[in-house]
Amino acid sequence: MSNEQNMKLATLSYRAVFSLVLKRDLTIAMRHKDDIINPLLFFVIVITLFPLGIGPEAQTLSRIAPGIIWVAALLATLLSLDRLFKSDHDDGSLEQMLLSPQPVFILVLAKIVAHWLITGLPLILIAPLLAVLLHLNEQSYGALMLTLLLGTPVLSLLGAIGVALTVGIKKGGVLLSLLVLPLYIPVLIFATSAIDTAALGLPYSGQLAIIAALFFGSLTLAPFAVAAALKVSTS
Amino acid sequence: MIPLSVSILTAVDNTTIKSTTTNKRPVDQLLLSAHNLTCIREERLLFDRLSIKINAGDIVQVEGPNGSGKTSLLRILAGLSQPFEGEVFFNNQLIHHAHEEFHQSLLYLGHLPGVKGEMSATENLSFNLALHGLTHNAVDIEKILTQVNLTGFEDSLASHLSAGQHRRISLARLYQSTAKIWILDEPFTAIDKQGVHALEQLFKAHIEQGGCVIFTSHQDLLTVAPEQIKTITLDYLDE
Repeated sequence: MSNEQNMKLATLSYRAVFSLVLKRDLTIAMRHKDDIINPLLFFVIVITLFPLGIGPEAQTLSRIAPGIIWVAALLATLLSLDRLFKSDHDDGSLEQMLLSPQPVFILVLAKIVAHWLITGLPLILIAPLLAVLLHLNEQSYGALMLTLLLGTPVLSLLGAIGVALTVGIKKGGVLLSLLVLPLYIPVLIFATSAIDTAALGLPYSGQLAIIAALFFGSLTLAPFAVAAALKVSTS
Repeated sequence: MIPLSVSILTAVDNTTIKSTTTNKRPVDQLLLSAHNLTCIREERLLFDRLSIKINAGDIVQVEGPNGSGKTSLLRILAGLSQPFEGEVFFNNQLIHHAHEEFHQSLLYLGHLPGVKGEMSATENLSFNLALHGLTHNAVDIEKILTQVNLTGFEDSLASHLSAGQHRRISLARLYQSTAKIWILDEPFTAIDKQGVHALEQLFKAHIEQGGCVIFTSHQDLLTVAPEQIKTITLDYLDE
């Protein structure tokens, strides 16, 4: 690259902006490993506590396994949401992002994807192991993985709206839960229902289709909502 | 409202404005203007119907006691906050309508440096530059960091650096800025004497190139002649 090009104000492509922010957030997460470990540890601890509390009967456990895994995933995501914009807001880098000439929804989308890669993906990877612990029905593993794969991004996307709205508030934690948890309920209902249906050996494509619809709907709309909410929160 | 001078400000109430313009620039190109800004924070009126015109080549210092609304004014001018009333114009367009062009011409540094502790000085700067559309290579970054006296700290994580060094990382962007409008909130905070001097030289070079600088500070610029500086003085308004 020549010097003249360096000085030129290049309009970056959406893809370049996206990967720039994604790379930054992943770098930060890798150096601040708490962000990755905390939600994962929470997820593992909650799930391992259930067999201890309820007792080791395989029948009971396999009956409640989908619910436990999904509720734990939901709470683990909620626990990690705060970091999504909070630290950027507190050190002023969020302002700089909002004032950059790049479209805010791309920046936001990159940050949400990074959040999912940091918190959602590890949960999915460890879920089959924990499912064994809960004697999940063998036929349900496929459904469990598919619902987590489609559902956890929805948790990150919808959660981001809540965080963006509460980021300017000093103690927004309780408000965040109140805002976000009701939005998570549809995902929870359809995901657990899909896993239960799979256990009976019935097709669960209907529930999966609804979760997929939630995923694509929130993927397309949430970044704009987050961008608008951030503008309100920082003003 | 009484027009005080062709190029500068009109004020109402006890928001006093000194205008001592000796702008030798042949053409006064209007960069940023605000019309009838009113700002209310926590049910308190900070400024009332404040109108400002800022031309290319202006250095504008916003003065006033703590809590008089300096930061609020800068945030409104940068488009980060909404005024209770009034508009801000860039190139005769509302800044929210000319969103992209305005942001390309704007460099705003708030009182928070916007530096991530988990990233090194180099990474912080290169991200900030890239975000504002400046493609670069490592050599450039190194050069800028030398200019802001961070030689030897290029690869240290910012969390290991001091507050002044954080400030320097964020100010480093000024060296590569193609933005015409600089809005700087307390840029001299935590900066040593040499740094202040370098920053003032940077201001002078920037207005030579047809830019403008709007900043808040409780200290006076030492190397810039007082008559070159326009002052906006905010004061507490009586209820």
